[in-house]
This record gives sequence, structure tokens and C-alpha cells, in this order.
Amino acid sequence: MSPFTTWDIVRNLLFAAQWTVILSLVAFIGGGVVGLLMLFARTSKRVAARRLAILYIELFQGTPLLMQLFLFFFGLSLIGFNVPPWLAAGLALTLWTAAFLAEIWRGCVEAIPRGQWEASSSLAMSYFEQMRYVVLPQALRIAVPPTVGFSVQVVKATALTSIIGFVELSKASTMITNATFQPFVVYGFAALMYFALCWPLSKSSQLLERKLNVAHRNH
Amino acid sequence: MAYSLDFGALAEYAPIFAKGVAVTSELTLVGGVLGVGLGILCAWVRTDGPKALRPIVSLYVEVIRNTPFLIQLFFIFFGLPSIGVSLTEMQAAILAMVVNLGAYAAEIIRAGIEATPRGQFEAGASLAMTRLQIFRNVVLVPALQRIWPALSSQIIIVMFGSAVCSQIAVEDITFAANFIQSRNFRAFEAYIVATVLYLILALILRQIMRSLGTIIFPRRRVVR
Repeated sequence: MSPFTTWDIVRNLLFAAQWTVILSLVAFIGGGVVGLLMLFARTSKRVAARRLAILYIELFQGTPLLMQLFLFFFGLSLIGFNVPPWLAAGLALTLWTAAFLAEIWRGCVEAIPRGQWEASSSLAMSYFEQMRYVVLPQALRIAVPPTVGFSVQVVKATALTSIIGFVELSKASTMITNATFQPFVVYGFAALMYFALCWPLSKSSQLLERKLNVAHRNH
Repeated sequence: MAYSLDFGALAEYAPIFAKGVAVTSELTLVGGVLGVGLGILCAWVRTDGPKALRPIVSLYVEVIRNTPFLIQLFFIFFGLPSIGVSLTEMQAAILAMVVNLGAYAAEIIRAGIEATPRGQFEAGASLAMTRLQIFRNVVLVPALQRIWPALSSQIIIVMFGSAVCSQIAVEDITFAANFIQSRNFRAFEAYIVATVLYLILALILRQIMRSLGTIIFPRRRVVR
């Protein structure tokens, strides 16, 4: 067997990091879509829809993500679907992300003054028109920094999918460690790569918060 | 193929789940107490402590907050022995949780400290208190009270994160579920039970933190 050089380690980790990025994007975009649906349900006037959204959010926020991954991975195959790890990982992360984004965005929607709802209501707008033309455009401004901040959590959460066998940065680190017996170097580089992915997001979240200065505008 | 759930098959494994609950509780308790302690120390350094240490603490906080817990755990458990620091699974798990919670708690507590009105420092100084006395008696306690709910949530998040420790053979709830499903192939049931156990632990932990809050902070303050 040819020896692993440091460059071999880095090269293979970088290759695996692509999957971390792809999975993060899938979870974030999918989670955004489902999260928006949940946001509508959570802020809806119908009690049943609100209760359902609350139950969904509590369930996904109140249990470990690892358990959700296991339940998707093993549970779906029980009811007859053959689930490859990437599908279970994508699904579980999407639904998990949705629960958190829905709750973050709810805070932003509720920060919009009551008068805006009343004004748009007095213009005979429907609930969806109110959301579409009046509330969401304003809520979006407040929502950007925490949403970008949460994307860091999503990137970090993808590391858990290695446990159900999805080969991304963490799984690749374990595999390379098993081949090279250099855990210090391999996990060190892996940590560095996660940092390189997450830190710009963290920083831009902070900068956006300062720039939009949304926290103290209406006080 | 029809599959019927059979939770009865898990009954004989109840002691393993019980051990898992004990281990997860221990991890959370020790990790929580030490982690918050580390967080307070780091928050002190970043707001009032020696200036020379500030960049180091900032680097620590940034690195931990921007890397996954799994990698931190593996680095500590698999990586450190190669530079001569060998830890048992349990020690590695607790160290990882303390280091992880310490960074998040530092940021949360710092936010609480920075919300302290300027006048509080001045009032403390005019009573001839030393810097450390002011920090301890005037700044820290109200700051902790202010951020107590956020800190509670963070500790619960860390408890959920501790599920990952099963990957280095710490015999927590997740380890119990893994073990059981490898024995009787009742994966779905085992993980549902594990999930419910985590849910119950989270509810209990939230209640403990709430009660603890009323004990540590008996006087109601006007939180602005």
C-alpha cells in the first residue's frame, strides 16, 4: 500500500467536504421551503393548523437530531422503502432545519407591529395577501441575520449524518484515520475545514445584524 | 411486508436503558456544571479579565462555535492520545461537553454582562469595591439572571448533543438503543423509546433549571 501523504489527506477531505456543502444546501433550501409552510401554519388563524405546527416544532426541537436520523434511516425501511443514507440524511435534516427556521421566522413576523396587520386587513386583504405584500417584506429584514446564523448550525449538523453512513467530511475523516492512524492530523484538518465553512457565515451574520441594526430600531 | 411494532420485545432490556439514562444524566450534570463554570471564566476574561488572555479566549470561542461537536469529540478521544494525552471514553466525553458548552455559555453570559448598565459599575466603585468584587457581586449575578433561560436552553441542546458520545462507546441512551437494535433488530422501537427518554429528560432538566433559577435568584429584578 502506498503511504498517505499529508496532501492525500487534505485532498480526500476536500473532496468529501463537497458533500457536506451539498447536504447543507439541500437541508437549508428544503428546510426553508418546509419552514415557510410551517410558518404559515404557525401564524394562521386556524387553531388546528397552529396546534399542528406547534407539535411539529416541539417534536423536532425537543429531541436529539441523531435520534431523528436513526428513526428516518431505520423507520422508513420498515414500512417498505429502501432508504439510502443520503436520502434519510437529507430528509431528516430538512425537517429538522424547517422546525428551527419556522420558529426563528415566527419571531420576526410577530415583531411586525399589530397596526400593520390591522391596516392591511382594513384594505380587505386576505391572510396570504397580508403576508405576501405587507408582513413578510418587513419581517425579511429582521430575519436575515438570525437565518444566516442558523445556517452555521445546519453545516455543523451535517456531521451527524456520518453516523448513519453518509460519506461527508466527518465520515471521510474517520475512514482516513482508519487508513493512516493519524487522528490528530486528520481531525485537525477536518475541524479546520468546518471552520472555514462556518466562520464566514457566523461573521456575516454578526455584520448583517450590525448593518441592518434591526434589534433596536423600533424602541 | 407488513411490520408490526412490538415494544414488548424491549422489556427485557429495560436495565440497559436505565443505565443509559444514568450515564446521559451524569454527562449532562457534570458537563453542565463545569461547562457553565468555564463559560463564566471565559466571559470574565472577555469583559473584565486580563487583556493578554482575550485573544486566546476569543479564538477558543470562535473555533468551538464553528466546528461540529462530533469532530471535537473525535479530536479529543482519538487525536489527543497521539500527543500523549490518553483519556477514557467517559473522560473524553465529559471534556468534550465541557469545552463545547464553555464556549457557548461564554457568549451567552457575555451578552448578559454587556447588558449591565454603566451606572452599576460606577455605583460599585463608589462603594469602594474592588474590580473583582464589582464583577462578582454587582455584574455577574444579575447577568446570569438575565440570561438564565438562554443558558437553560443551551444546556438542553448540549444534552441532545451528548447522544453523539455513543460513538466513542460511552454507554448512554443512544448506545443502549444501538446495542438493543443490534440484538433483536427492533431498531424502530428502540430508537422511539430512546427519543422519548430524551424528551422526558429534557422536560425534567427544564424544570430543574427553572427551580434552580428561583433558588439562586430569589429576588425578582426588573429585567429590561
